[in-house]
Amino acid sequence: MAKMTLADLRALRDAKKVDIKKRATEGKEGRVIIGMGTCGIASGAKVVLDEFLTQLDKYGITNISVTQTGCMGLCSVEPTIEVIVPDMPDIIYGNVDKATVETIVKEHIIGNKLVNDHIIDRPASDIMSDDGDK
Amino acid sequence: MHRYLTDYILDITQNSFEASSTNVVLKIDEEDRYFSFFISDDGSGMSQEVLSKVLDPYYTNGIKHKSRKVGLGLSFLVQTIKDTGGTFDIKSKIGEGTVVMSSFDLCNIDTPPIGDIPTTLLALISSPQAKNFSIERNIKTKLGNSSYQLARSELIDVLGDLNNSSSLFMLREYLRSQEDSLVEYYVDRKLIY
Repeated sequence: MAKMTLADLRALRDAKKVDIKKRATEGKEGRVIIGMGTCGIASGAKVVLDEFLTQLDKYGITNISVTQTGCMGLCSVEPTIEVIVPDMPDIIYGNVDKATVETIVKEHIIGNKLVNDHIIDRPASDIMSDDGDK
Repeated sequence: MHRYLTDYILDITQNSFEASSTNVVLKIDEEDRYFSFFISDDGSGMSQEVLSKVLDPYYTNGIKHKSRKVGLGLSFLVQTIKDTGGTFDIKSKIGEGTVVMSSFDLCNIDTPPIGDIPTTLLALISSPQAKNFSIERNIKTKLGNSSYQLARSELIDVLGDLNNSSSLFMLREYLRSQEDSLVEYYVDRKLIY
């Protein structure tokens, strides 16, 4: 790939804006929050972030934001993520790897179906802040 | 312990974001044998007393997690550097900021691999805690030298919201193209036993 300039990046952004496809998640605004504390990083949270971008792009989903937070107090089941989409409960998933990311995008975000094998209980209240670290 | 050198960069640069900094500068230098990074911030800084304890994994100031008794970020970094013959330094002054300097010997068999630089930079640039953040990435090997610079403010100017997955996807393309422009200067390192 040739080295892009900021002007190239601007042109890419403009092209993407014009190219609005029908989305699999039309009408939904959602959020994926990735635990990126020391524990998350050590367990592969960076790979999870990378894979979310790949999968969301693959399915043409542009209305889900991807953000980061620190340790959620669930170090033993890192990488952890929280998925917040309309019509679904807010869910924390643990032990998330590359393959799990695709399952979460397909089943939870697009299909409104929980990915039961990876659901984790809420962390201890002494570690989460009052707003749930959101 | 972290698996890649870039994991240390991500972890330690986050410390700077969390220290009430306005300006954070990350410099990554790669040479034939050494891989170094320098992180400087203008955040709250630390007293000499705190500075003497930060490398202890059982020390934390308790602000981030009030019931926690561990603070592993810098401890992991220093342990890995000690195990692999690298060098480390930290300087800090209350009210002025902190500078962390680390250098790894890429010819030591125990030094972790460098890892994914574009995704690391993406995670840092899109971090909700980052403000003015600039990056300088240099490579200087026997094959030649090159570099690229990034400023978070310029990228926000072009892409707008850095939380949106499609903006982040474009940012990743951009960062990968920057790193790709350095590939011709990558060298194979022979391990020294």
